[in-house]
Amino acid sequence: MNDVFKLVLKRLGLGVLTLLVISVLIFFAVELLPGDIAQAVLGQSATPENLAALREQLGLNVPAPVRYFHWLTGAIQGDFGTSLITGDRVGSTIGPRLLNTLFLASYAAVIAVPAAILLGIFVALLRNTIFDRVANVLTLTAISSPEFFLGYILILYLAVKTGWFPAIASIGRNADFSTMLYNSFLPALTMVLVVMAHMMRMTRAAIINLLASPYIEMARLKGVPAWRVIVHHALPNAWAPIINVVALNLAYLITGVVLVEVVFVYPGVGQLLVDAVAKRDFPIVQACCLIFAATFILLNLAADVGAILTNPRLRHPK
Amino acid sequence: MTKLQLDYLAREAARGRIDRRTFLGRAGALGLSATAASALLGSVVQAQGAKKGGTIRVGLQGGSTSATLDPALATNSTDQQVMRLWGEQLVELTPDGGLEGKLAEEWSGNDDASSWTFKIRSGVEFSNGKTVTAEDVLATIERHAGDGSKSGALGLLKGIKSMKAEGDKFTVELDGPNADLPYAMSVIYLQIQPNGGKDDPNAAIGTGPYVLKDHDMGVSFSYDRNPNYWDSDVGNASQIELLVVNDDSARVAALQSNQVDMVNRVPPKVVSLVKRLPGVEIHSEPSKGHYIFIMHCNTAPFDNNDLRMALKYSINRQEMVDKILFGNGSIGNDTPINESYPLFEGFEQREYDPEKAASYYKKSGHSGSILLRTSENSFSGAPDAAQLFQASAKQAGIELEIKREPNDGYWSDVWNVQPFCTSYWGGRPTQDAMLSTAYLSTADWNDTRFFNVDFDKELIAARAEKDDAKRRQMYHDLSGMIRDTGGLICPMFNNFIDATSSRVAGWAPSKGFELMNFYAPIKMWVV
Repeated sequence: MNDVFKLVLKRLGLGVLTLLVISVLIFFAVELLPGDIAQAVLGQSATPENLAALREQLGLNVPAPVRYFHWLTGAIQGDFGTSLITGDRVGSTIGPRLLNTLFLASYAAVIAVPAAILLGIFVALLRNTIFDRVANVLTLTAISSPEFFLGYILILYLAVKTGWFPAIASIGRNADFSTMLYNSFLPALTMVLVVMAHMMRMTRAAIINLLASPYIEMARLKGVPAWRVIVHHALPNAWAPIINVVALNLAYLITGVVLVEVVFVYPGVGQLLVDAVAKRDFPIVQACCLIFAATFILLNLAADVGAILTNPRLRHPK
Repeated sequence: MTKLQLDYLAREAARGRIDRRTFLGRAGALGLSATAASALLGSVVQAQGAKKGGTIRVGLQGGSTSATLDPALATNSTDQQVMRLWGEQLVELTPDGGLEGKLAEEWSGNDDASSWTFKIRSGVEFSNGKTVTAEDVLATIERHAGDGSKSGALGLLKGIKSMKAEGDKFTVELDGPNADLPYAMSVIYLQIQPNGGKDDPNAAIGTGPYVLKDHDMGVSFSYDRNPNYWDSDVGNASQIELLVVNDDSARVAALQSNQVDMVNRVPPKVVSLVKRLPGVEIHSEPSKGHYIFIMHCNTAPFDNNDLRMALKYSINRQEMVDKILFGNGSIGNDTPINESYPLFEGFEQREYDPEKAASYYKKSGHSGSILLRTSENSFSGAPDAAQLFQASAKQAGIELEIKREPNDGYWSDVWNVQPFCTSYWGGRPTQDAMLSTAYLSTADWNDTRFFNVDFDKELIAARAEKDDAKRRQMYHDLSGMIRDTGGLICPMFNNFIDATSSRVAGWAPSKGFELMNFYAPIKMWVV
């Protein structure tokens, strides 16, 4: 167990370093965008006097590296600054949006992960039957279509034609939990369809891979029923790759949802990030990107720890 | 018999005794198409007059998380719709292009139109309970016109020498005559705020017919009807919800699935499809907005008027209206002014004429290709329009090279910087405002680098002219100078295209901006 603890600490340290590098990259990437913040804020109808006044107010006349270090010293003390555009605290701007994104991601994950693993086990059990083929074709079709297209299809059939679900998922601030679930069902379903195939096929492949092993043959020869062979004998050894893929897809549910948010008008972090980039609102862009990067780092870490915990050989290296 | 039955059914539906779907079904059984049935229902509903109560929900394109509630910075249409509901200017445009009083009860100018006095309506309260005074008006105009102002109205307020507030009178002294000053006060940035918004520009406290109750920037805005509004006839719905739906398909889907009652900016491409949906009505209203190609008159090769004329004759304007606007607009004539402006006088239509273009081109002595810069955000369909221009110019032997620029930074790096590019103007309340903003030699946004001393003199003189007939002639001459010597190629004026559902009624023509100059949520009612 000590080894796992050490590994977690080491990886967290590396994670912090990665975040620092990412923050530098993002800062200078924003600097490289054509046009400047004042122009982006005021748009076409900005006069030169307007622009000069706003530049002065935003402190854009200070050189870029100096601005970056100002931000960094603040960030280390937990102060991510204020939005350049609205002047609101970055934390209070992102907070509610992040909660919305996490809500949608958890909603989709709670449906997608068990469904994908169960379906994976079923198709492994019934491999090369018509059920296997149909499940594969359907999930692959879903993953191959762009998210916004899937979203439009769902809107067309489940909102416009039948009126079963709302087409736009504007979740009210005071909505109760079941209303929130109902309103955001279509975006959640879109994301379930997008991430299912990957996890299901990995489960299927990992299990089928093991079915050729001698110990599985032994179990079969003993007369163990097929489902028991898979669930009790094959699955425990297949967890490592499955956990990896699940972790990657969970990260995607949080970071890759911009298009889904746009199509369903869901007020999450992705939409905020797009707006912030368009207006060169560096503190918001920086904070969103760091959240996304941290999500990836933490979920990858979780996947590694999970893989070690489910594999006694990795837990007790010689 | 059928007619009687239909009328009866329509009345029943309008009163809410049978629902819309049932009505459309029965009308269909009587042999009426869904579109015709919707139209019939609409006319019956309209005839029954405005109803109070209910909630109107509006789906809007153009909102952003990083917007603010400060009227001075409200440059996009969602921000403007947001403040139309809670705020009010001194005066407002009427559908026939005139002015009506809002917070100003009446106004008048001195003999040479260099001093204007507005009498402030008495007893009007801001939504925070404070009574509106002339000092509040003074502070508002000061904030927009003052040093360091970032207001979109700044350009229109130039030329103010001094202002004062006395009792219920607000007076503006100008450094020269300007018969159009009252029109400048109708511009949407100039929402009167308590102490001019100097204390808190983002407070959204004003005198409008609705009060902002709750908002989430770039997502949603909810309003309650203002019980203390000075004109109790204005405002029908009890509540208004504005929802930002930037995605075009999602906006139309929301309208179709009853989640919103009206939407702005239906893309021209899908207008004919949306028109066919039962229960949805498209409103394609002429505007002052125009989609343009602009040349810098002082930069080679565009400093040669023969070359500019050659390009003006080598564009097929009707084709642009048909293929870029899908018919939702009107043909341009190389001036920024159309019949939506007061005192407009037309010219003979300039047609596509490859032969004339070729002869002007030959006279200009230019050879080689001409670089035209464009981007998707310079106007909707601009890259396609550039290609059409390229093809029609080729017929005249003129070679255009198209460079696609990124949307990001187009307004800072290309427009008003590069000598030939695509762009647009949204129009201004008056001819003087439009010409002063973009064609006066000293204008910041003189984006065609049009420097003409005679033009400047006549434009200033027109401001002081009180005889409308003479003024009309002067503006005609000014437009003529731009048309024949300027750097503007104006192929089309775009319409505003909005859509409403048959759950609301009361649409009427208007001047200004989309959604009945943003008054649709206020003036329409829930059926």
